[in-house]
Amino acid sequence: MPSFISIENLSKVYQNGHIALNGVDLDIEEGELIALLGPNGAGKTTLISIICGLVRPSSGSVTVDGHDIIRDYQHTRKLIGLVPQELPIEPFESVIKTVNFSRGLFGKTPNPAYIDQLLSDLSLSDKKYSQIKALSGGMKRRLLIAKALSHEPRVLFLDEPTAGVDVNLRKETWDLIHRLRENGVTIILTTHYIEEAEEMADRVAVINNGSIIVVERKAELMQKMGQKQMFLELQQPMPQIPEQLGDYDLYTQENGTILVYNYETTRKRTGITSLLKDLSSMQISFRDLRTEQSSLEDIFMDLVDERVEILEHAESKYASNS
Amino acid sequence: MNIPGIKAIFMHEMDRARRTIFQSLVSPVISTSLYFVVFGSAIGSRITEIDGVSYGSFIVPGLIMLTLMTQSVTYASFGIFFPRFTGTTYEILSAPISHLEIVIGYVGAAVTKSLIVGLVILATSGLFVNIYIAHVGWMLLFLLLTAFTFSLFGFLIGIWAENFERLQIIPLLVVTPLVFLGGSFYSVNMLPEFWQKVTYFNPVLYLVSGFRWSFYEISDVSIMLSLGMIGTFLMICISITWWIFKTGYKLKE
Repeated sequence: MPSFISIENLSKVYQNGHIALNGVDLDIEEGELIALLGPNGAGKTTLISIICGLVRPSSGSVTVDGHDIIRDYQHTRKLIGLVPQELPIEPFESVIKTVNFSRGLFGKTPNPAYIDQLLSDLSLSDKKYSQIKALSGGMKRRLLIAKALSHEPRVLFLDEPTAGVDVNLRKETWDLIHRLRENGVTIILTTHYIEEAEEMADRVAVINNGSIIVVERKAELMQKMGQKQMFLELQQPMPQIPEQLGDYDLYTQENGTILVYNYETTRKRTGITSLLKDLSSMQISFRDLRTEQSSLEDIFMDLVDERVEILEHAESKYASNS
Repeated sequence: MNIPGIKAIFMHEMDRARRTIFQSLVSPVISTSLYFVVFGSAIGSRITEIDGVSYGSFIVPGLIMLTLMTQSVTYASFGIFFPRFTGTTYEILSAPISHLEIVIGYVGAAVTKSLIVGLVILATSGLFVNIYIAHVGWMLLFLLLTAFTFSLFGFLIGIWAENFERLQIIPLLVVTPLVFLGGSFYSVNMLPEFWQKVTYFNPVLYLVSGFRWSFYEISDVSIMLSLGMIGTFLMICISITWWIFKTGYKLKE
């Protein structure tokens, strides 16, 4: 049984020679929320534009619900709703007309009850007959989501849903996405805000320079890649790390009042018990203890850096060979 | 066939015309009335008859053609250009709708609108001069074929145009002069021999001539030649449209 969305060896080279995607493989299950995380220009928008039919792939294939997106586009596109990054709208149309237009365009006969419910869910009911140009930025974005959902799609693509929006609106958008998620819609969102992926995603695919570097369940990614730090607030300041503790990855903060221990959660033994034993045998006492997990942001930076290092390494190797 | 999709595009375009009713309907009617005042009354008082038809009546088919062609091009080019301009084409390109269905929606709406305007002008003309239509069927056929061909031509311009200037340039610099020089307001026989020959290279001559024949049974060229010419022009427009969608020219990366 193939995945709901299956992307195989997908590449895109634009006419100007820019390689936007380079052999991307990705499987997406129905009902999950996956975040495509990557810096600007990484290829996120190209990837979703290909799946939605806006960009032609150079090679590779994509199937949605088992159907090829090019050969069977009339089947696959009915299942997909797209909310683009910008806010492209016809300013003089009314809210209800543009939503009905979208529904018709995607081959569905009118269903006023569904549309009314949709507008109400997106807090647009009182703007039903307003001209679009009279809406605020937040309302316009909600309207685009309403248009994308007007034909009852099973999967929703959100391209940078919170790029350039204020904190309140971002929070509002996140709540909305959570609600959609609860209704069983498969959601694929692109973002360059790590915070966003961390807040919402079941899985995270990190994409950089047209390739997917890693795809992992968010929790596993954080656990696998994650370093944890234990902070011990000492009773007595420690000017330097005693030699007996040389085996541990330790350093001090705040003039020696805080001892920080770095450890990896993936190891069988984290070394916490033995460190605490050693500290007690050295009569070092502490007032408080807390641990912190590295955020997706740190993981992301590590991944991207690692990638750059590999590339640099390959380049220097190539240079020395030639 | 995505019937709701075609209907959505069609109604969307018709709705735009309703929103801009003054520009869509009232302004062609006003400018036609002005032509009657200037050409029909002022000049018509000096040119009494052409081929047995009063000058005022003679220019009616030409005037309808003038409006039909310019309005078809304008409606269809604007219809597809505007979503490209606002960026809303993303929705059409991501919808489960075939290229043929997109063309039926946009071009169908442009044809409908220009036919309505054409018939309104025909009715307006009836207020100024006597009109009789010898072959109603042929008249409607020419009206439909011309509206369809020029709407398709307008659709192509709307895809080709990168800005509003380009959008205007073809209707203003090509269509209008061709219509004026295509015998809308005179019979080709009234021209010196050299200019008669030049006029035969103007495709619009054949349309106006055939259309006028359906009214008064007078024509500059044979009716079959007229039909052949419009058929050829239509095939060219259909071929270019087909090529555009096949290659995604200016629509898809």
